[in-house]
Amino acid sequence: MENFTPFSAFLGGTLIGLAATLLLWLNGRMAGVSGIMHSLLHSPKTEWLWRFSFLIGLVLGALLFNWFNPGFFTPRSDYPYWLLAAGGFLVGVGTRMGSGCTSGHGICGISNGSPRSITATLIFMASGVVTVYCIRHVVGVGA
Amino acid sequence: MKHCLAALLSGTLFGFGLSLSQMTDPNKVLGFLDVSGRWDPSLAFVMMGALAVAGIAFRFILKRPSPILAEEFHIAKKKTVDKPLLFGSMIFGIGWGMSGYCPGPAVAGLGLGNPEAFVMVASIYLGFVAQGFLAGKRFKKFAPADE
Repeated sequence: MENFTPFSAFLGGTLIGLAATLLLWLNGRMAGVSGIMHSLLHSPKTEWLWRFSFLIGLVLGALLFNWFNPGFFTPRSDYPYWLLAAGGFLVGVGTRMGSGCTSGHGICGISNGSPRSITATLIFMASGVVTVYCIRHVVGVGA
Repeated sequence: MKHCLAALLSGTLFGFGLSLSQMTDPNKVLGFLDVSGRWDPSLAFVMMGALAVAGIAFRFILKRPSPILAEEFHIAKKKTVDKPLLFGSMIFGIGWGMSGYCPGPAVAGLGLGNPEAFVMVASIYLGFVAQGFLAGKRFKKFAPADE
């Protein structure tokens, strides 16, 4: 438990909750990142710009954080790129097929009391746990 | 235009929150999912924090007739659990566990100058396109239920 950071995690979580609240209150939209990313591929111009602005905001927010806290984040350097890319591919396929990700289902959908989102969240958490178990303790990568 | 600024503000808060909570750190994410190893439960607190705010706020907001800057709320109407939801979420979890990134942190990671984030965003888009192709061609029954 040497890396246990409950306070910054909770505080960061409240900011994420506030961000989702703002987007629903002002724009009437759910802050589901996979849905917003995917919609960039087919939105008409009027719908495209707010989505692009949201994603630029995600980048900008991280940039600002890094500016206030230089050295807080060090990128991982030894992780196999093929595993990363294959994982990213499955994240794309899965979030599209399942209509959402950690933000859309895990935060917005659950906040809206959606049974679909509660089910989705339990499933991706469980399959994530099983996958990490297999990779770290059966195959032995990145442990 | 105002609604784009609102989206920019929301995204910025979101990206800042993801970075502060360390959802953007794949080691942290994998440490959270590694329940049988040296488990780091920190990221459960991210969800608690987010749900503490949004879980309450959404109830009040959705009582309004409309949002501030738009005509109506866009919310998924479907209530029933179906196969695409189950299989899709399972596949997403596998990818999350393989990479250590879900979509939000992958995008925010671009702002942290993390080289892995570029690989993630590109391969997520590749996955979107592959899914669209498969759903359109052979596996119609696995197409997502539309929002």
